[in-house]
Amino acid sequence: MLTCKEFLAELADFLDETTDAEIRARLEKHIAECPNCWVICDTTRKTISVYKGMKSCSIPEEVHGRLMAAMERKMAAKKTV
Amino acid sequence: MLQSTQDCPASGAAWFAVNSISIQGKNRFHCASGITQRSSDICLHEGSVPHRTAPSWENRESRNMATESVTFAPGAAELTEEAKAELELVNRAREGDGAAFSSLIRQYEGKIFRLAMNITQNREDAEDVLQEAFLKAYEHLDQFQGNSKFYTWIVRIAVNQALMKLRKRKADRSVSLDEQIDTGEDTVAREIAAWDPDPEVQYSQDELNGILSEAIDGLAPIYKTVFTLRDVDGLSTEETAEVLDLTVPAVKSRLLRARLQLRDKLTRFFKRKGDDAFAYM
Repeated sequence: MLTCKEFLAELADFLDETTDAEIRARLEKHIAECPNCWVICDTTRKTISVYKGMKSCSIPEEVHGRLMAAMERKMAAKKTV
Repeated sequence: MLQSTQDCPASGAAWFAVNSISIQGKNRFHCASGITQRSSDICLHEGSVPHRTAPSWENRESRNMATESVTFAPGAAELTEEAKAELELVNRAREGDGAAFSSLIRQYEGKIFRLAMNITQNREDAEDVLQEAFLKAYEHLDQFQGNSKFYTWIVRIAVNQALMKLRKRKADRSVSLDEQIDTGEDTVAREIAAWDPDPEVQYSQDELNGILSEAIDGLAPIYKTVFTLRDVDGLSTEETAEVLDLTVPAVKSRLLRARLQLRDKLTRFFKRKGDDAFAYM
């Protein structure tokens, strides 16, 4: 059986589903038998999920306006060079 | 004090090593176009060859391997329709079509602003980063040759600008993408408690955003940057490596630590009410 340390070392790939089938099977066996690692895996997966679910930052209108104004100045300056 | 002059390998622009502002034993470099960075940082230039961003005196072959695996030259690989349309916009902008560059801005300003917010955790700084990133991109558009996505190119610029903001804020302390990484102790979870099935529903959107921002703000810059690019923006591990000029294993290592540290911070808010550490058993 894998140690918890070995499991943690593979956790990122496991969550990203980039491990090969054999390693994945060993990791799944480990979390089925190790409650601590199951919790770490589950809560880390939820951590990613909750950040992925963050509403895409719609840029405030005034910020967009100032950016476009700065760009216009830059473009105008480039044309005069 | 100028100590030596070398060329940026990607662009051919001159880099000047400045010893007097060396922090933690690392030199800072200025290239001819006014871009400032240290040897450990990322280069803003995009070359016609797979991007080699490290100063030539530093042995970074492993990093090049990571970079080469994700960059593409037009014609060397099939471009998606989206990539072709983007490249067309870039080409038009390069020829002076302001509307084309505005389209690129509209496409990416939200993501760049969010990235800048996540790294700087300061709205004014984030707005500065947003403006500086697009202004620099426009100014150096002739250096973008389509070897990578425009988005990864501008993200690279924005990350550098954001890290410079942090450096200014912490003038006495280095903020580097090569920051020393602990070798394992911080990957050990400190609190092990099960969460509610949908922990976020306990909070209003504003409360949730506050919790998530506070947690990410507690991470070291390199962790929050890797996490934001990889898990929030959805860049692949290889793209993240390219943007940050890190190896793929380095991205994976930092990502794991970032995820575990965030998990640890969020457990305080999201753990199942009334649980003790072993209630799931």
